[in-house]
Amino acid sequence: MNRFSYVRAESIDEAVREVVTDPTARFIAGGTNLIDLMKYNVERPERLIDITRLPLNEIEETDGGGLRVGALVTNDAAAHDPRIQARYPLLSSAIMAGASPQLRNAATTGGNLLQRTRCYYFYDSGTPCNKREPGTGCPASFGRNRIHAILGTSNHCIATHPSDMCVALAALEAVVHVAGPDGTRAISMADFHRLPGDTPEIDTNLRHGEMILAVELPPADFGTNYTYLKLRDRLSYAFALVSVAAALRIDGRTIAEARLALGGVAHKPWRDSEAENMLRGQAASAERFADVADYILRDAKAFDDNAFKIDLARRAIVTALSQAAAGTPQSQTDKRIQ
Amino acid sequence: MLQANGYIGVPQNRVDGRAKVTGAAQYAAEFDAPNLAYGIVVSSAIAKGRITSIDASAALAVPGVIQVFTHENRSRTAWFDRSYRDETAPPGSPFRPLYDDAVVYSGQPVALVVAEEYEIAACAASLVQIEYETDTHLTDIDLAKNEAYAPPRKRSGVKEPPSPRGDAEEAFVQAPVKIHHEYRVAIEHHNPMEPHASTVIYQEGGKLVIHDKTQGAQNSQSYVASVFGLSSDDVQVVAPFVGGAFGSGLRPQYQLFLAVMAALELKRSIRVVLTRDQMFTFGYRPLTIQTISLGAGPDGKLQSIMHDAIQTTSPWEDYQEVVVNWSNLLYHCDNVKLTYKLAQVDTYTPIDMRAPGAAIGVTAIETAMDELAYATGIDPIELRLRNYTETDEANKKGFTSKELRACYQIGAERFGWSKRNPEPRSMRDGRELVGWGMATGVWEAIMQKTAARAVLTQDGKLEVSSATADIGTGTYTILTQIAADTLGVNMEDVTARIGDSSLPKSPVQGGSWTAASAGSAVQTACQTVREKLFKYARQMDDSPLANASIEQVTFANGKILLTNDPSSSVTFAQAMQAGGVDRIEAEEKASPSLQTSMSYSGYSHSAVFAEVRVDEGLGIVRVTRIVNAVAAGTILNPKTARSQILGGVVFGIGMALEEESMLDHNLGRFMNHSLAEYHVPVNADIYDIDVIFVSEHEDKLNPMGVKGVGEIGVVGTAAAIGNAIYHATGKRIRDYPITIDKLLK
Repeated sequence: MNRFSYVRAESIDEAVREVVTDPTARFIAGGTNLIDLMKYNVERPERLIDITRLPLNEIEETDGGGLRVGALVTNDAAAHDPRIQARYPLLSSAIMAGASPQLRNAATTGGNLLQRTRCYYFYDSGTPCNKREPGTGCPASFGRNRIHAILGTSNHCIATHPSDMCVALAALEAVVHVAGPDGTRAISMADFHRLPGDTPEIDTNLRHGEMILAVELPPADFGTNYTYLKLRDRLSYAFALVSVAAALRIDGRTIAEARLALGGVAHKPWRDSEAENMLRGQAASAERFADVADYILRDAKAFDDNAFKIDLARRAIVTALSQAAAGTPQSQTDKRIQ
Repeated sequence: MLQANGYIGVPQNRVDGRAKVTGAAQYAAEFDAPNLAYGIVVSSAIAKGRITSIDASAALAVPGVIQVFTHENRSRTAWFDRSYRDETAPPGSPFRPLYDDAVVYSGQPVALVVAEEYEIAACAASLVQIEYETDTHLTDIDLAKNEAYAPPRKRSGVKEPPSPRGDAEEAFVQAPVKIHHEYRVAIEHHNPMEPHASTVIYQEGGKLVIHDKTQGAQNSQSYVASVFGLSSDDVQVVAPFVGGAFGSGLRPQYQLFLAVMAALELKRSIRVVLTRDQMFTFGYRPLTIQTISLGAGPDGKLQSIMHDAIQTTSPWEDYQEVVVNWSNLLYHCDNVKLTYKLAQVDTYTPIDMRAPGAAIGVTAIETAMDELAYATGIDPIELRLRNYTETDEANKKGFTSKELRACYQIGAERFGWSKRNPEPRSMRDGRELVGWGMATGVWEAIMQKTAARAVLTQDGKLEVSSATADIGTGTYTILTQIAADTLGVNMEDVTARIGDSSLPKSPVQGGSWTAASAGSAVQTACQTVREKLFKYARQMDDSPLANASIEQVTFANGKILLTNDPSSSVTFAQAMQAGGVDRIEAEEKASPSLQTSMSYSGYSHSAVFAEVRVDEGLGIVRVTRIVNAVAAGTILNPKTARSQILGGVVFGIGMALEEESMLDHNLGRFMNHSLAEYHVPVNADIYDIDVIFVSEHEDKLNPMGVKGVGEIGVVGTAAAIGNAIYHATGKRIRDYPITIDKLLK
């Protein structure tokens, strides 16, 4: 850990100003990831701007009929909010699939969007890592990569994005509202996280000094046919090897609209609109779901230890779509897969 | 004789339970001292090579930093290897922290930064700049195994494989049914909840009081004294509580060395706590390649057993454990060949981990036996009964007791084994395939020479003490029970003191031997107090016991009474008054019986039954039911003993499905060094665990008939689960842990 100073921001403007003028400054809210990374010398901010007192912890109705979830709403509060449970059960379920009650009590909505990868090498400052120290190499590519990405990797980085919440937000096409020195702007979930390319050190399109204000959930009708299926190495408290957020709008016997996002397989929640379109107007069937899975995974690339993820992702997509179509979402308390 | 209040054999709450749940119990890193300084260890980034430079200037420039210790400025310590050998050390040259510029494994401590505050030390540690010249390392057992060798010097206390009997190779060739496979269990790290820590309190005159995370206070004490050339009177190690260890606290670890060195150099108190990732920078359960060949007749009777193991060790020590001997110990066979070899890899030396050797060796043989059951079409229990042995054939000895048959029978009944359709994939519940499997468990019943003291005072309070440890097993409680029953006092009137090097001599707590060893020592010391007390009681004027012998009296409720006439009694206080003493003290040793060990072998046994549910489509396994029937002689405290078996079973579930320390062979480094990525079972992974203690009369090992239960619970559990997965899916996975990727193959 490095020496750092700590400031508690009294207003959004002040918080933004403090960070934007100091490249070594970071916002801190729940701290469940940042403090961890500081202890491991992965993050070494010289200034921490505490934003926990800012008025960003409300969940509000939007004019358009959606919900606006403040950046400081804890994961626990979001997951248990009756409006979210009723209208966006996919989000509630995804949040409950992650972490532990203690972590969900402290972690915030904004912080969850900014979780950093759990790549072993990124976390170990005794090893090279392009994400941690650009240009040093990616030992994961030819090392222990059982948990690593199969889609959208680059020669520079094969890390995955670790959040469960974000996978649901991607499927729900949430919008991230941010404040910066030049005012506010909105970033769609699809554009929020990045693929590693040749700048794996940059996880998101958030600019330095921009602060997440809220996540807006557009009006949606995915309260019946949805599921969040998370597959991992133990039945709870582990990051996803593969996860699938599936949401369907079913009209009679056919699928009117499909949303599908994958976690644990790429540097960002993975969506494929063409694959989703393949489901539109189709009857729900395992065969069709398998075709969609194959299509999504058409460019999947495995490394030494993670070839199983391609097969697992294919199976998970089919299972999740079947769960969603049947209206039998995966329970996050009963660990038995339905 | 132990019936007085009848505490023994009856479930008792932990006497230290309240202290533990209220936080009153203090662990090594929780002891405070005036003017305490804090040390943070800097770990090497490379696996092998040389340190070419260390630049500590930036670290030293941080306000509050006191010193940065490296090999360049360390203090002089003992010269000879023997000074560094602790009581559990394997043969070789023990690792010496900060000894020279050589890096011999990844994560090796290369500097200790000491500061006024923990955070300052942590900050400064990140600023120490170290340059290395790297050498080629080797951490892959599959490359190292070609150079494997039978250890030339045997490790004390570890039985080597017995000489071959019969002609196992020829018998295998001739056998109508053959099983021949390789089995692996991944490297595991102990990962106790409490990380290793040492708080060294520097007292005036240079005397050290050390709170160390250790399974043996005296082992740490003698190590510190011999390494640093101190009189043992000047080193006291006090470790009343240990937050789990599983073997990782058997050997004095490098944080102890570093903390003591810094305390002596700086002449002040210091605390060094390892981080969770540093908990992966010393001993581990070694990776072992096991090859088993079983030859049998169509009737399932074994005609040949061959079991070969190659196991990793470090280049500087020949770690050894008993891996292959169990195959013949469990089953009758006339043609047996067992071999055990070591392969050197550039990691730290492995350290015993709960049921060392047996946990992995029995996993292999019990998986192979399940394969034989399927190859011959014989029920797995019936197969084991057909090959049952009443003798330790390798050593031509009988068993002190062996109720394994009863374990099979009682466990099978409880589990409902008779309803099992042996056909793989024959049971299904919704998406899940259901499988039932079983395996045998075995662990040696060991007793070690141990001393204890008992002090009875006039107020009726009894204190018993020994330098043994309680690593969470319940030692405090069972010693209290034994003392209370021996002297006929209430448990509330007994205080047990352990975990202090100044107490009567005890070996480390390990090998499941503490209940038998420290328990017998406490019992013996209390018996001596009892005899003295009785002598005083008889001497009392007009004593109602004047003509009685000690066999004719009962000690109960602080009184000695005539068994045939309980109205005739003398209180302890009266007896002590008559003797003119206000306290009665006795120190005694208890030793294993040489006569017994020459004629008999002592082991605990178990039969483990597992039910799994496998989502074959997604490779997800749930262990929904375990029945573990254990025969381990006298069970002193069924409550804490059950907890030991529960913990052992959870350990076994981890071995079966989750635990694996992943080495990156390019870097020579363990990579998943956190509890987020090194998976141990969580609550959601644990369903029903049913523990049965099978009645077993044991009268040869020690007077109480105790065998110990700390380790038997893990042995066999992983195999039972693997066998259940085969029954569920028809897939035989011989490489533990059985993870999603292996199930999907």
